[in-house]
Amino acid sequence: MTVSTLELDSSAPRGSSAPLRPRGRGKDAARTAGRLLPLTPAIALMGVFLAGPIGYALYGSLTNATLSGYRAVNPDFVGIDNYTRLLSSGAFWQSALLTLVFVLTSAVIGQNALGMFLAVLIEKAPKPVSGVVGALVVGAWVMPEIVAAFALYAFFSTNGTLNAVLQLFGGSSVTWLISFPLLAVILANIWRGTAFSMMVYGAALAEVPPEVHEAAQIDGAGPLQRFFRITLPMVRRAVATNMMLVTLQTLGVFTLIWVMTAGGPGTRSTTLPLLAFQEAFKLSQVGYGTAIATVTLMVGAIFAVVYVKVLKPEVD
Amino acid sequence: MALASPRKRGTAIAASIALVVVGVTFFVPLAWIVLASVDPAATVAIGIPSSLTLDNFTTVLTPDLTFVPLWNSLVVSGGTALVTVLIATLAAYPLSRYQMRWNKSFLYTVLFASCLPITAVMVPVYALFVALGLLDSLPGTVMFLAATSLPMAIWMMKNFVDSVPISLEEAAWVDGASAMQALFRVVVPLMRPGISVVFIFVFTQAWGNFFVPFVLLLDPDKQPAAVSIYNFFGVNGAIAYGQLAAFSVLYTLPVLFLYLLVQRLSGGFALAGGVKG
Repeated sequence: MTVSTLELDSSAPRGSSAPLRPRGRGKDAARTAGRLLPLTPAIALMGVFLAGPIGYALYGSLTNATLSGYRAVNPDFVGIDNYTRLLSSGAFWQSALLTLVFVLTSAVIGQNALGMFLAVLIEKAPKPVSGVVGALVVGAWVMPEIVAAFALYAFFSTNGTLNAVLQLFGGSSVTWLISFPLLAVILANIWRGTAFSMMVYGAALAEVPPEVHEAAQIDGAGPLQRFFRITLPMVRRAVATNMMLVTLQTLGVFTLIWVMTAGGPGTRSTTLPLLAFQEAFKLSQVGYGTAIATVTLMVGAIFAVVYVKVLKPEVD
Repeated sequence: MALASPRKRGTAIAASIALVVVGVTFFVPLAWIVLASVDPAATVAIGIPSSLTLDNFTTVLTPDLTFVPLWNSLVVSGGTALVTVLIATLAAYPLSRYQMRWNKSFLYTVLFASCLPITAVMVPVYALFVALGLLDSLPGTVMFLAATSLPMAIWMMKNFVDSVPISLEEAAWVDGASAMQALFRVVVPLMRPGISVVFIFVFTQAWGNFFVPFVLLLDPDKQPAAVSIYNFFGVNGAIAYGQLAAFSVLYTLPVLFLYLLVQRLSGGFALAGGVKG
């Protein structure tokens, strides 16, 4: 599969388009096939293990498969029964609502705003302070999720650090994980994930030329005005990108909630990934659990499509 | 500007105070792990140990508790990173070098796939693995993890190939090298730092993954550290917090080291733009 240099777009491999001149169909097809050969392992692997489960999810959600027993081997095709059951189930809607609150408050508001706040402060503060605090925030994000989950479980548990601090200031201890399970996992997810937003915004803010700020300052704009009128509009693409990414990441959060509350007490912190897991593995309803997974995936797919649309000009 | 400097100093002080307040809340849960790991009587609340001990570490440093799970983690993460890097390099080359009609749609599909919340579909993945007879198989788990890391890896790798000038390959072609020879003899050696970044990125993600091996691997002898730590400490009623912390330290140190390495390799660019400072 020798390639002559003439057909290559040698000036810029990406961006400019240099259409190939076909010299007879057969030869052209053979050459294209040769060029595609290195892509086949990637396509095969993603086809089997990525597209496979997604396709299987769409099919499996239409059956009454169970975890073990007769229905595990010979599931019946039940059409959209799982979905009608899902849409008429109070547990599903409660879980969907919990997921919405979890994603909105911990990712879209919490991580996003705190990440921006930290990125702005890190630009202004002296290097030793910003270096240490930045490293701490990133540390929470770099460590394995299960370790973060254990650390936060300890922090919020009844005899944990948070209550110890509250008692130090004369407050009374609160059973956070039992009385306010959703609040605890929301704060935990902010702690765990803010670093990502902080790094995205740190990179975006570094691109804003300082002259713009100085000009606005000379014109008499205060710090808040400068942030909302100048900085924010200039990094709005980073904001849009980041909001999509943190939403998608948070939609799939399982380990953090599973270790801290296991979805409980009762179902008070059971988001959709946990509900799908519990239906499939605790209650053995694989078909029904798959339907829940499919709905979650669909919601994720909608956000992913919007994200790709937002980024489209950068690929073209 | 003489007028601006006192105001700038004021801003710097205010920013520092706010940063320190936020920093403390991030510091406390991290510090708990470190302090509890050397505390002979660790509890869930943070506290200064009355005496320092390494007993927690010596207790967990047994084959069952630490060495086998960490070895499994190494096999799973290393395998995933190797498979991903090799396949992503192969895929990135034609995507970067040839202008083909469907390149863009392929890249869009890959970008779309890299965004999907994969943990949300672990139930159908489990069902598929049962159907394929791949449940409780280390190679199967590695293949799945590699497939989920591929979209992001292909994107990163394509950008690295893009940055290698094409003139060197042209010289190789003139000497009669095939496209694959040019890729492995010329391009790959030039993008070694980029390949290391992708390798470490994928390795770290697989190392920290709990849910995938938790669902797909059943045999305790095959389970990586993330699952064994959960099974040992999460299921046992009375938790030995000092040991949990000690194990957490041992399990976290490798990824911390790799993160610092990737920072150095990529000059601070790292995973999402890098932190200033």
